[in-house]
Amino acid sequence: MRRERTLDVLIVGAGPAGLTVAAGLAAAGAGRVEVLEREEQAGGVPRHCDHGGFGARTFAGFTGPGTSGPRYARSLVDAAVRAGATVRTGVTATGWAGPRTLDTTSPEGLERVTARAIVLATGARERPRSARLVPGSRPAGVYTTGELQQAVHLYGQRIGTRAVVVGAGPVAYAALDTLRRAGVAVAAQVTAEPRHGTTPWRAAEARLRHGVPLLTDTVVSELAGRGRLSAVLVRHRTGRLARLACDTVVFTGDFVPDHELARRGGVPLAPGTRGPAIDAAFRTAVPGVFAAGNATHAVRPAGAVAAEGRRAAASVRRFLSSGEWPPAVRAAR
Amino acid sequence: MNQDGTGLVTRSGSLPSEPYDVTVVGAGVVGAALARELARYRLRVAVVESSDDVGEGTSKANTAILHTGFDAVPGSLEARLVREGQRLLSAYAAECGIPVERVGALLVAWDEEQLAALPSLLEKAGRNGHDEAALLDAAEVRAREPHLGPGALGALEVPGESIICPWTTPLAFATQAVRSGVDLHLNCRLTAVGQGDAADGTPHTLRTSRGDVRTRYLVNAAGLGADTVDRMLGHDTFTVTPRRGQLIVFDKLARDLVRHILLPVPTALGKGVLVAPTVYGNVLLGPTAEDLDDKQATGSTAEGLAGLREKGARILPELLDEDVTAVYAGLRAATEDDDYQIHARPGQRYVTVGGIRSTGLTASMAIAAYVTGLLADCGLDLGGESRELAPVTMPNLGENFPRPYQRAELIAADPEYGALVCHCERVTRGEIRDALASTVAPGSLDGLRRRTRARGGRCQGFYCGAAVRELFDRRDWLATR
Repeated sequence: MRRERTLDVLIVGAGPAGLTVAAGLAAAGAGRVEVLEREEQAGGVPRHCDHGGFGARTFAGFTGPGTSGPRYARSLVDAAVRAGATVRTGVTATGWAGPRTLDTTSPEGLERVTARAIVLATGARERPRSARLVPGSRPAGVYTTGELQQAVHLYGQRIGTRAVVVGAGPVAYAALDTLRRAGVAVAAQVTAEPRHGTTPWRAAEARLRHGVPLLTDTVVSELAGRGRLSAVLVRHRTGRLARLACDTVVFTGDFVPDHELARRGGVPLAPGTRGPAIDAAFRTAVPGVFAAGNATHAVRPAGAVAAEGRRAAASVRRFLSSGEWPPAVRAAR
Repeated sequence: MNQDGTGLVTRSGSLPSEPYDVTVVGAGVVGAALARELARYRLRVAVVESSDDVGEGTSKANTAILHTGFDAVPGSLEARLVREGQRLLSAYAAECGIPVERVGALLVAWDEEQLAALPSLLEKAGRNGHDEAALLDAAEVRAREPHLGPGALGALEVPGESIICPWTTPLAFATQAVRSGVDLHLNCRLTAVGQGDAADGTPHTLRTSRGDVRTRYLVNAAGLGADTVDRMLGHDTFTVTPRRGQLIVFDKLARDLVRHILLPVPTALGKGVLVAPTVYGNVLLGPTAEDLDDKQATGSTAEGLAGLREKGARILPELLDEDVTAVYAGLRAATEDDDYQIHARPGQRYVTVGGIRSTGLTASMAIAAYVTGLLADCGLDLGGESRELAPVTMPNLGENFPRPYQRAELIAADPEYGALVCHCERVTRGEIRDALASTVAPGSLDGLRRRTRARGGRCQGFYCGAAVRELFDRRDWLATR
């Protein structure tokens, strides 16, 4: 038996987008606003980004230092709760039972929740090795940054001794920091791009201060090792091959929206992002269903996502009072 | 054996000194099925397995199909055992909760040559006793499979072909065997056989990586290593040539694209690839067929994957738009012969069960019954009538049957079944706890995945990997709760 409940706004995902939408709506008196988070802790990805720069404010051209990911995550949760929203953790939206009705599972049991508006803020994840079709054996020691950061920062797990990092975007450099924290030497960083994708200072620090060679124009062609990873085979654009001995590899970046709930609900996707297609007011093609944050585009910094959440909250509020939905929503971005 | 009559599951240390009546080498689906069959008699039985889990070789990495045997060579041993095994395993699966879906198969013809081959396949199906097979024209094929690529000319429909969980099957056999008194020794590689003497009853001495163990009767169910073990006993009758099959597992969001198992039509130009749903709700594409020398070459290759995607794009174009959840490769134990290599050597109190190729999962229970008969022919005293074993109920991994996260009564009784850990596959902490405390507990995270599906989904651990590992690392503590 499912317990049936009704709400004004149901938000799926308590990351920076979902929490900011919730805070904005609750503060504006939008009625019963609830955020569902399937993890045991709310806050989303910043929870396990143990580096600074979150929530940094820019004033007169200068950007402040900001705060750490976990602290930033807690501040977003606090703000949503203070504004009057309910944040429920350990609750998973498992599917749709109607146009604005979701089924959920939690240790408290099964529920069927109907809301006047639903906001999908399910975030994004990195594409793992298999989705990247990297051939070879299937050894242990293969990570995404997300898993690596949780393993190190949330659980203090042992990672390995020597790693290869795939990618050279900002997330790859965050992975380097995490590996260093975990005492893992880095054999090399590999990117298919002709140059790194971070600030010159970050790139120089990794290369010069920490001695991590960056192999550009290079792809991972195979993973080797039985039981445990023993090497990553790489291929340069020119066809030159190399074997990098390591027991750990981290696939970084290449984010894709976690779009299962949207697709199960018949919400059309934007072809470019593979996230729910939305207009400038965060409306999907399904009346009453909004989407915001990294679920709708390639990954952006938490601060930018939170700013989106605030605008999305205003749009949801307008819908709640007018009930209007444009006939055909097109992907505007 | 333990005092309560259940068997031991060991992963390290020396082996029991008391001789066994029968020892089975290999805990793949065939060895596990045989252990279960032998457990029905008053015998001391052991299974020795070189890896750290049951079903760890070919049994875990196949196309997961419960075959009807419609295309087997009529009159062969394989044809007979597949037909019997299909019936036995279907019933056993229903009894234990092993997920099976009778989706049926379509052998789709994409050119005139393949189309011309269909009538003789229909006739062969008839000779194998499958009268329900039928030919479909192009329009009928399209009506049954609307997402098929253009150019399908017709198909042979085989309604009985089913999909099954290849992980739960050997685990169910092993679980039931161990609970009924069979000892399972893992991480135990056979290195040599010191032969006993049938005349005065001296048992064989098996030399293993964990020391010696003695046994009166020996069964070789070593899969890819069956020829090696056979040579330890002085026989050189067949050679196992590993035939690699690479497979791509597509995202669950692709599941609605296909309703049947789409089989290739075998022609002189070789076999194509299949597209099939899985009981976990994914879609499989594969396998390749590469004859190799290396019995450990279970890696995938860029060429293999590209070739599969090219063929898949023709069969089911929209499939290629979906993300890949996993890639794996298994090695079929092919030999120079077309049939199973099952030989009894009464003088040696020894039975070889070799050359069990892609049909081993389907035939496993019939092979077990057949080999038990051969052991009796070799002089093994079965000790009277067989007994009924206490039934086992396996955790359901199938998408088409209720899973714990969907069951209000289960969650009310134990909230751990409402605590989702692996989000992509919707695996709860209760299921992980149960697997860690189960009769044949996993020895690795991969073993845990095959028992629960945890970290087997599209994110491959981005969300849950560290949390699942944490539970696994604390398994001794969890198992006591």
